[in-house]
Amino acid sequence: MAVGVSEKRVDAYEKVTGRAKYTDDLAEKNMLVAKVFRSTIANGVVKSIDTSEAEKIPGVVKIITCFDVPQYKFPTAGHPWSTDPAHQDVADRLLLTSRVRYYGDDVAAVIAEDEVAANRAIRAIKAEYEEYPFVLDQIEAMQDGAPQIHEEYKNNILNHTQIYNGDYDEAIKEEGLIKFEGWYDTATVQHCHIENHICYSYMEQGRIVVVSSTQIPHIIRRIVGQALGIPWGKVRIIKPYIGGGFGNKQDALYEPLCAYLTTQVGGRAVKLDMTREETFACNRVRHAIRVHLITYARPDGTFVARKCESFSNQGAYTSHGHSIAAKGISAFSQIYRSKASQADAYTIYTNRATAGAMRAYGIPQITFAMESHVEDIAKALKLDSIKLRQKNMMEVGFTDPFSKNVNYFDSLNQCIAKGREYIHWDEKLEKYKNQTGPIRRGIGMSIFWYNTAVWPISLETSSCRMVLNQDGSIQLQIGETEIGQGSDTAFAQMASETLGIKFEDVHVISTQDTDVTPFGTGSYASRQTYVAGFSIRQTAELLKEKILKHANELTRMPVYNLDIKDGNIVRTTDNKVLMTLGELSTEVLYSVTNCEHITAESTYQCKSNAYSFGCCFAEIEVDIPLCKIKVLDIVNVHDCGKLINPQLAAAQVHGGMSMAIGYALSEQMLYDPKTGKPLNNNLLDYKLSTIMDHPHLEAEFVENYEPTSAYGTKALGEPPAVPAAPAIRNALLNATGVSVNELPLNPHKLFVRFKEEGLI
Amino acid sequence: MYDIKALYEAESVENAVQLLTEHPEAVIIAGGSDVLIKMREGKLAGCELVSIYGLDELRGVTMEEDGTIRIRPLTSFSHITKNPIIQKYINVLGEAVDMVGGPQIRNIGTIGGNTCNGVTSADSASTLHAYDAIMEITGPYGVRTVPIHDFYISAGKVDLKHGELLTSILIKKESYENYYGHYIKYAMRNAMDIATTGCSANVKLSDDKKTIVSARIAYGVAAPVPIRAKSAEEFLNGKEATAENIAAFAKKALDDVNPRTSWRASKELRLQLIEELSKRAMTEAVRLAGGEI
Repeated sequence: MAVGVSEKRVDAYEKVTGRAKYTDDLAEKNMLVAKVFRSTIANGVVKSIDTSEAEKIPGVVKIITCFDVPQYKFPTAGHPWSTDPAHQDVADRLLLTSRVRYYGDDVAAVIAEDEVAANRAIRAIKAEYEEYPFVLDQIEAMQDGAPQIHEEYKNNILNHTQIYNGDYDEAIKEEGLIKFEGWYDTATVQHCHIENHICYSYMEQGRIVVVSSTQIPHIIRRIVGQALGIPWGKVRIIKPYIGGGFGNKQDALYEPLCAYLTTQVGGRAVKLDMTREETFACNRVRHAIRVHLITYARPDGTFVARKCESFSNQGAYTSHGHSIAAKGISAFSQIYRSKASQADAYTIYTNRATAGAMRAYGIPQITFAMESHVEDIAKALKLDSIKLRQKNMMEVGFTDPFSKNVNYFDSLNQCIAKGREYIHWDEKLEKYKNQTGPIRRGIGMSIFWYNTAVWPISLETSSCRMVLNQDGSIQLQIGETEIGQGSDTAFAQMASETLGIKFEDVHVISTQDTDVTPFGTGSYASRQTYVAGFSIRQTAELLKEKILKHANELTRMPVYNLDIKDGNIVRTTDNKVLMTLGELSTEVLYSVTNCEHITAESTYQCKSNAYSFGCCFAEIEVDIPLCKIKVLDIVNVHDCGKLINPQLAAAQVHGGMSMAIGYALSEQMLYDPKTGKPLNNNLLDYKLSTIMDHPHLEAEFVENYEPTSAYGTKALGEPPAVPAAPAIRNALLNATGVSVNELPLNPHKLFVRFKEEGLI
Repeated sequence: MYDIKALYEAESVENAVQLLTEHPEAVIIAGGSDVLIKMREGKLAGCELVSIYGLDELRGVTMEEDGTIRIRPLTSFSHITKNPIIQKYINVLGEAVDMVGGPQIRNIGTIGGNTCNGVTSADSASTLHAYDAIMEITGPYGVRTVPIHDFYISAGKVDLKHGELLTSILIKKESYENYYGHYIKYAMRNAMDIATTGCSANVKLSDDKKTIVSARIAYGVAAPVPIRAKSAEEFLNGKEATAENIAAFAKKALDDVNPRTSWRASKELRLQLIEELSKRAMTEAVRLAGGEI
């Protein structure tokens, strides 16, 4: 039994000893190096580029400008392709562009013998621009007369969607309702994976090979083909070990440009390695979303009508676009129930860095708004905020009319009960009443809604291949990528479970190579264990069937009295080991009468989705004169179904909590209002939280076996990053009576609010 | 890959001075934790470097016969923190430099580099100001000394002419004897950060521990260079060590400082912090000196 056990990561030794090879480890020393020349205006047009001085620099091989590249517009989002044009992502990117839309946009590229020459050339290139006014704030960008960023999207609105339930206007007429209203604002933040995006490309037999730090090799292959206007089979993407992605690498970043550059130097290898500054300024960021909430409630706390307007800051290009804000209003419409609800989501272009996918895809933003709002309502109505949530939250048995997701279990209440006990909620609520003095403590909590994978909005598919070796071990290949989260280990556990072989006899091939790896769309949407689980189970069953057929021939026992246990062919009637799987495999592979290389391969299209719920409880200390919050204790509780590997699951939660603490307290991309230039695009000035800023991170679980799932599991990749920010915000309210509705809750914001409230 | 035109490794202080004189454009590199960053940013790209990192004669902390503490500039932050002389007489300096960046930076970064950069946020600078440190500089024309207050000229600029290098930081016996100090670094996170503002206070109490004989306080990021709050110090000198007096002192310190608004923090927030940190640092210094508040 391998599922449910904390097996050691399959890549642990490689990673700890440094033997694991990442893209830059694989790159050869004599490769050419490319650097991108970037716009120094936030909006406008490149009139001319002077490369004459740059070309004279020794070591410079070639300079390509926006006036040289092919004009195939391509989409970058890491979504499965849709053959229906109405469902395709917006194609608004070019390899290099003369119409620049953010400070740092891709204008030209230098290819040089080494990094020093490339950087010297970048500094020597001169560009002339026609500058347009720019806009950084999404609400300002929607106004008439605001700078227009993409001609075809009036008022910069990329999309506006609605989810309306019941008759809102009628519902609010009910006698005695109390109206609550609030605005909540979240910041632009970045993923900050350890390994910046890097790729290199070269040509081989007339095809282009790109080795890239990506979450989505098969999707990148399609996008490179689209961007260069070449058949997709001419492109091969290889994904080695990667140092994190969190959604930034669920996008085509610089693979298309890198692939193009190698074609311009006779197929010589060209490496494009992002600096941290570029990663912040010119990759993807999390959407800053401003949310307006209105709730009509009865004096007993029953929500009758709810309204949401969310305004999502898209930045310069579409990337994942409106999907993020749209997912947010799904959460709004479902986690709390009322007679009527109206939700409108707008996604608006601005001249900031492009927002794309980031861990939990719009749900941290809406959860911050909703959970802050609910806390404010509880305070105003003098109700226990947990009871208020319980009164209004999604009921057991609820079925989503669109996805057909069913809320099978009482997960939210079970999670709340665990978290409440861990943090000593009732005791601390009493203890922290009526505090005075400069240092105060408080507790707060938040619940969250999530779902697993992308069905039915997009295709969900996974393909798996298993190859049996002579010794009874297997290789497992799958399109779903290991990006640090430990999915290879979970996959090995699943295969071991279904096949009946030892965990260590499953060799997961961690590298995805689109020439040889079966098709799968990659790592995103918390889909790995859920979606890959289906194809692994299906393929393992196919392989097992083939093995037992041979066992039947070799042992003359009927198939239905045979099984594979612990790597042995076992007669189930008396549990007698008839032969080892290795003996069988060797016999079959070298049989002079009946030879077969036993392999199995299959695709599973998943047409389900699963809710994944949980909560966070946080205890904080507020130093009022110093305007600082210290997190003293924090717990996340998740129901992600059956845990495949409890220790890896906890690690996943710890990582998400850490990310959420930064989101709550310190992280924020800042832009110069005069120029649109990013101000803090480095790890010193962007305040990613460190281990010294964290208390012990407690991860707890409720395990309700998910009935739609191959191994009882569902989303855990992203949800851990969701609930901490509102829990901390609510703890601040509990400690000081001050509500702060804008993230991050850093000293700058606390200072202003404490002044307003007369605390300092 | 760094864009370095040439690297000259000095074999002695004399040789360093000579190399600097021969190469008028060259920049001194010690641990490199600031210079390499500037090179990477393109600011010093293509420059010549004179490395003094191999000069062990510029490492270590010793005590002179007259009780002067001599800190040689290549002493790393972690060595300062662990040094028994520092721990015994100016422990606050060891504590302050233990808040620089992270462990790797503290192993490579030097106190000489920290001060010669002329940066107001340097964690060592406010404590050295608060202890009236004297900078000993060696150049083509011999050795000269300058008080640290005069050494800092403006943001990023110190009193070092080309060809000169800092060879010692001196703290006289009367500057540290019977003084007890405390440093508070206020930053946006608890590691890997530079100070939003920093405050180093020290105090000498009367024998009965009731009266403040002498108080000194210095700040980083309260002005373009590290500064002392002289008028606030004078106000406190000779007064009883009470919470009220220290609160009044902290308020008075605001007249001595001149923080500015930048995207990193507003002037108003910095003033709020300066007053509160002055109070807390001075209170802790009094407590360390044996006073009761």
